Amino acid sequence: MDTSAVPAAQRPTIHTAVRATAPSDADVEPRQALRPKLSIRSLNFYYGGFQAIKNVTMDIPERKVTAFIGPSGCGKSTLLRTFNRMYALYPEQRAEGEILMDGENLLTTKRDVSLIRARIGMVFQKPTPFPMSIFDNIAFGVNLFENLGRRDMAERVEWALTRAALWNEVKDKLNQSGQSLSGGQQQRLCIARCIAIKPDVLLLDEPCSALDPISTAKVEELIHELKTDYTVVIVTHNMQQAARVSDFTAYMYLGEMIEYDATDIIFIKPKRQATEDYITGRFG
Amino acid sequence: MPMGATEHISKQFETDLDTTRTRVLQMGGLVEAQILAAIQGFTSGDAAVIAQVIDNDARVNGYEVAIDGACNHIVVKRQPAASDLRLIMAISKIVTDLERMGDEAKKIARMAKRIHEHGGQHVQRFPAIRHASQIAVKMLRQALDAFARLDAASAAEVMKEDSEIDSEFKSVLRQLITYMMEDPRTITAALETVWVAKAVERIGDHAKNISEQVIYIVKGTDVRHTSFADIEKELSRE
Repeated sequence: MDTSAVPAAQRPTIHTAVRATAPSDADVEPRQALRPKLSIRSLNFYYGGFQAIKNVTMDIPERKVTAFIGPSGCGKSTLLRTFNRMYALYPEQRAEGEILMDGENLLTTKRDVSLIRARIGMVFQKPTPFPMSIFDNIAFGVNLFENLGRRDMAERVEWALTRAALWNEVKDKLNQSGQSLSGGQQQRLCIARCIAIKPDVLLLDEPCSALDPISTAKVEELIHELKTDYTVVIVTHNMQQAARVSDFTAYMYLGEMIEYDATDIIFIKPKRQATEDYITGRFG
Repeated sequence: MPMGATEHISKQFETDLDTTRTRVLQMGGLVEAQILAAIQGFTSGDAAVIAQVIDNDARVNGYEVAIDGACNHIVVKRQPAASDLRLIMAISKIVTDLERMGDEAKKIARMAKRIHEHGGQHVQRFPAIRHASQIAVKMLRQALDAFARLDAASAAEVMKEDSEIDSEFKSVLRQLITYMMEDPRTITAALETVWVAKAVERIGDHAKNISEQVIYIVKGTDVRHTSFADIEKELSRE
């Protein structure tokens, strides 16, 4: 994939320390070690006549957590939704440009959209468990794509629930309705449902905004663990959350990508005044 | 407000930051007065001035504790980021340096008391100490001014002056060694004078530390333990 076409300002600088003195090797990740999982090129997005995304070009690194921050209506959720073509449900919405995953343009591919969504899973702001048992909540998606025997399916359900740090809390009540769980548990169930079909990318759209602090901490811990296997993209209104969970942070405003860099740089010494104003609460 | 042209949405946050910044400057003013008085005590032997410096150190300490408390309060309540974060972290370090400068002033006052109790005739022979202390006070003033105006270039100037104090200190040391060799009876007084010179030299170091923190606030670059050439390179970068 050709990354040379990306303007430097829109590529994250891969260093975490902001020191003039030479940082230790542990501080700096070699840039070449970061392979882009998603490459967004000159993306424009329209809700009918309204342009919600303006010429966004960026690389989302593989097996890292990338956070999108910005005020309401800045286009961060819209951008997230283009990655798995959620917008395709609505005829008046359209995207222009390229979203490349492993070299394939997701916007124009002939591949069935449900196959794209199997590789790029999404978790929403409000937990959305299906009105069925905890076990079936996980098994439902798996059944669409794989033909597993009963024992293999049980293993997969346990694996997904364990991975989502929920197994110990639900292992004795797998037949109960998914909707009987607490909000935090429901959200982790949705994450388990998502990873059960072994996607490459996880899109999290404000996954903690309806959760209490303890559940939020659990989901954040989970995000940290998931990045060993998945590329995670999270949209959040909570800047401290972005600072806590992400490796890279992108600040968006009015549909434009204002600044995209290592999270430490964004929160300690951002390069753009607009970013500085937003994260220090001077925005207005 | 530190650097942006706009104010925080939260007025209370804005006020908290402003108040804390003002207190740092007040503390700096007090420390400056302490150093001037201590040196005056050393040269004149005025017992009242010396006693006053020793008494006032408690006020300096009080400022340190109060400002650190205010920083904790802001971190807990506001989770500051970017320039706000750098400001709070830097203030917390600056007050430590100011407090230590206060301690050095007190040390000078104590030594002055002893030196003058022993007669203190040779004090006049050390214009170098007075000169060094004038530079130290100037450095402190300029560092505080750079902090108030968030002026990285002026902070860098302060760092340059530190070497001047260092060379004055060395020259005082050479002179004292000569006296001590000529007349061993001066050794006690000479050693006490060394402590005064050393205290002045330390004050310069602390002023330099404060300047480094000012550069960190403004530029986001940690310039501690960095050569002056590298710092200038860093400052010229935009």
